[in-house]
Amino acid sequence: MNEIKKNSLTFQELILRLQSFWAEQGCVLQQPFDVEVGAGTMAPETFLRVLGGKPYNVAYLQPSRRPADGRYGENPNRLYKHTQLQVILKPPPEDVQDLYLRSLEAIGIDLRQHDLKFEEDNWESPTLGAWGIGWQVMLDGLEITQFTYFQQCGGVDLDPISAELTYGLERIAAFLQDVDSIYDIVWARDPKDASKVFTYGDVRFADELQMSVYNFEAANVENLWTHLGLYERECQELLRDFEELSKKRDRYEIQRFPLLGAFELCLKCSHLFNLLDARGAISVTERVGVIARIRQLAVGVAKAWVQQQENPTEEPMEAAQAIG
Amino acid sequence: MIDGAREELARRVGDLLSRERLAESAVLEPYSTPRRIALVARGVASAQSDVEEQVTGPAVKVAFKDGQPTPAAHAFAKKVGVDLSQVKTVSTPKGEYLSARVVKKGRSAAEILGEALPREINSLYWAKNMYWRPGKTSERFVRPVRWVVAMLGENPVSMEFDGIRAGTETSGHRILSNGPVSLRTPNTYAEALLKAAVVACPQQREQRIRKALDAATRTIPGARWREDKDLLETVVNLTEFPSVILGNFDREFLSLPEEVLVTVMRDHQKYFAVEDANGKLVPHFLAVLNTDGDPQGLIRHGNERVLRARFRDARFFWDTDQKKPLRERVEMLRSVTFQKDLGSYFDKTMRVQFICSQISTWLNPDNPDATKVVRDGVVHKAALLAKTDLTTELVKEFTELQGIVGGLYARVQQLDASLPEPTRFAIADAIYDQYKPESMEDSVPRTTEGAVLSLADKVDSIAGMFALCLIPSGSKDPFALRRQANGMVKIIAEHRLPLSLARLFETAREAYHGTAAEKKFKSLTYDQDIRNFFRERLEFYLRDVGGFAYDVVNAVLAAGADDVVNAAERAQAVAKVRPSEDFESISVAFKRMKNILRQAGETGKHVGERVDPALLREEEERALAEALPKTADSVRQLGSKGNYEQALLEIAKLRPLVDCFFDKVMVMVEDEGVRANRLALLQAMLNEFSTIADFSEIVTEGKKS
Repeated sequence: MNEIKKNSLTFQELILRLQSFWAEQGCVLQQPFDVEVGAGTMAPETFLRVLGGKPYNVAYLQPSRRPADGRYGENPNRLYKHTQLQVILKPPPEDVQDLYLRSLEAIGIDLRQHDLKFEEDNWESPTLGAWGIGWQVMLDGLEITQFTYFQQCGGVDLDPISAELTYGLERIAAFLQDVDSIYDIVWARDPKDASKVFTYGDVRFADELQMSVYNFEAANVENLWTHLGLYERECQELLRDFEELSKKRDRYEIQRFPLLGAFELCLKCSHLFNLLDARGAISVTERVGVIARIRQLAVGVAKAWVQQQENPTEEPMEAAQAIG
Repeated sequence: MIDGAREELARRVGDLLSRERLAESAVLEPYSTPRRIALVARGVASAQSDVEEQVTGPAVKVAFKDGQPTPAAHAFAKKVGVDLSQVKTVSTPKGEYLSARVVKKGRSAAEILGEALPREINSLYWAKNMYWRPGKTSERFVRPVRWVVAMLGENPVSMEFDGIRAGTETSGHRILSNGPVSLRTPNTYAEALLKAAVVACPQQREQRIRKALDAATRTIPGARWREDKDLLETVVNLTEFPSVILGNFDREFLSLPEEVLVTVMRDHQKYFAVEDANGKLVPHFLAVLNTDGDPQGLIRHGNERVLRARFRDARFFWDTDQKKPLRERVEMLRSVTFQKDLGSYFDKTMRVQFICSQISTWLNPDNPDATKVVRDGVVHKAALLAKTDLTTELVKEFTELQGIVGGLYARVQQLDASLPEPTRFAIADAIYDQYKPESMEDSVPRTTEGAVLSLADKVDSIAGMFALCLIPSGSKDPFALRRQANGMVKIIAEHRLPLSLARLFETAREAYHGTAAEKKFKSLTYDQDIRNFFRERLEFYLRDVGGFAYDVVNAVLAAGADDVVNAAERAQAVAKVRPSEDFESISVAFKRMKNILRQAGETGKHVGERVDPALLREEEERALAEALPKTADSVRQLGSKGNYEQALLEIAKLRPLVDCFFDKVMVMVEDEGVRANRLALLQAMLNEFSTIADFSEIVTEGKKS
């Protein structure tokens, strides 16, 4: 099997190929969202963009943090932070499944030589008030992608619906390179000297080890609770302000209201909850309550966002042109 | 899911064809693959036959005035499309009316089908469905519909489903075929698809898979693949063109428990396990592919790689878990939710321990020197550790192995330095079996200790949910309480445990006493609800598992449904004596007695407190009244020894006396004293002899009710 390995894509080539494939299909290539998220779905490019009627196609890489999944870099298949490539097609084209298959060919998978199955797998996230119907895509027994037709997000019925494709990049790279440990994946190879490689371990091992220590042992529980409370309160206040504002029907004020800020605060809360969970600091009674609180924020932002989108200003705003 | 929809479509279309008189009995061939559901119907007429109908019009006195037709007559003739001269009259009880014979033209099959099929497709049941077109305008279906084929013979049926016009083109295998597949006639549907690498018939796919599994296994001497009905059904519905590969894994993984290996292979990878002649796993697996083969071995290689990673994970989890033994995990249960209002698994553990010790006390002899039925020390320890595996990595990864993992860990861990090995194994077995039986086909826990633990766990869950008013209704049973209750009945029956359900549930409520959960309880009808719920479960058990007729079950449960073992024994006895003529006749008599007493009650007739010998007039009633206490005595005695069959035969012996009584004695006579005395006699009969079964529930020949 060495042959495959030599010709296979490096981790970064894999990313580049998938990105250019989706760019060629008319997707906006976005950059990873820079607030901690547990999944690409939580980034605003998905969570907010799937709301409302405006068509939108986007692809972006999203490092996704799940503190409780960390294994100190000891487990060859588990990561605290893994990398998703997230594609949103709104509305999905009729041949969306074939399009997806072509993306696999674009990364060098000859489908004629492999076994591909779409297995029923319906996705649901109670915290985000979101669910959809779809498949997990299995390639030679390996789950490589989650394929979902979104039906609801933030408690809001979607119209049009979106197709969400979430590629698990570490798994795909390990498959292409035929390695047994994520840490052995070749991340980059020096084009001038093929013997010079950087592995996934070279790039990310310290991250996995130290963040596992932080998440499981070091994070200050008291502070985490304090932060959670602060972020939540600010988010709630913003949502309350927006509600007041929306009664006044001042289009300009509504349009510039910082719901995106509120959403970031909500994501902060979600991440803090995950940290507290990894620290084993959440009791049974608290757990249900905290999840409900975060859901309330997420649903609140989604509803407000829909309202904001339905209130376009008559003229494009000058402020939007400012370069920051 | 696909199976259900395929059969439903066949049923719907079959009904449609006969309802619309398009086929007497069409031959239906249902097909399905992961991408399609289809039906070929043979013997469909091209049109409905014409029907002649007699249509009744207005009354003659309205239709004709002075012998002249009125506008009403003309209107009727016009409506039915015949000349007024052809219109006749009919006499009805209401008088003379106009009437005409009308020929109703049959509609064409194409027209009917085009109209009705979209409706039928749209009515298919899906557990979860979706919409996909903008404006939420699409029909709901399990996944977006991409094409529709509808043909009547060689012609397309003009119809539209969800904006898609039906045509004569279908699609083949996603990867193995090229371009659309044109159908000439529905007769060649399966044939045409096969050319496009789709085996449309699920039974044929199953046959192919079975053969391929056999062939692949044959390369390993003495080996066989492990039969697995559910898995086979799953892979049949995941493939359009199945083939099978045999893969290998490292022998060293065989040191992991078989339960873990099989779960990984079956539940997570959908592989079939391979075993040797003794049923021991061998380091191979069988994967069912959705393609025509694997000439380069790439697919096998990929699958082996995935399985290796999975097994390594499992071993990693196993090793990690040993660093913290079960006994150190009890405290951790405080942060695992059992149910949001019922507290944590730690809380549950405490309650289950309490219930276990109560059950043990009931079951064990009072004399401390006598041999114990339940080793209460074993149950106590098992109950304490039962849920601790929920905190292990292995169970977090393979949730379906809860209980089993705890049992396996308890076997290999030092639970308590002072415990002798056999005791530890007994504890481990009880933990291992705590969720048994998972279904009516599953076996019950192997040991009494396991049975007690499993019962206590289930009774605690059901009691909590019922107290919160979370009672299963219709198809809503999110906590699978029915399954758990069925499991309880099965355990009690098969372990022959002399337990009272009411007492069990009373104890379970006691266990909640003083907890935070108790403050959330709002049910005011707990006892009643539990009683009704378990009566249904018992009915189900006696009928479906015991195989007793429903009237026997009703009769037995009417006489008591609290003691499962006892109810089963009574059912056994009733079923045995039931075919006898005497018993049949006695049953009829009891029905009669009950009716008479009911009528008496309804008309306010007085029933005597007890039978007064002085008021017995007829010889027949005297005979019966004399026999009654004697028979009642022996029935009571036989019953207390559990000899229900003999007791029933004793009752049946009363038949001649009862028959004579009803032949000769009139109960509802005018004399109030005599009447009340006779009613008292009947009441006494019913009271004395309804403790084993309520005979009036027995359905008798010629009087099915």
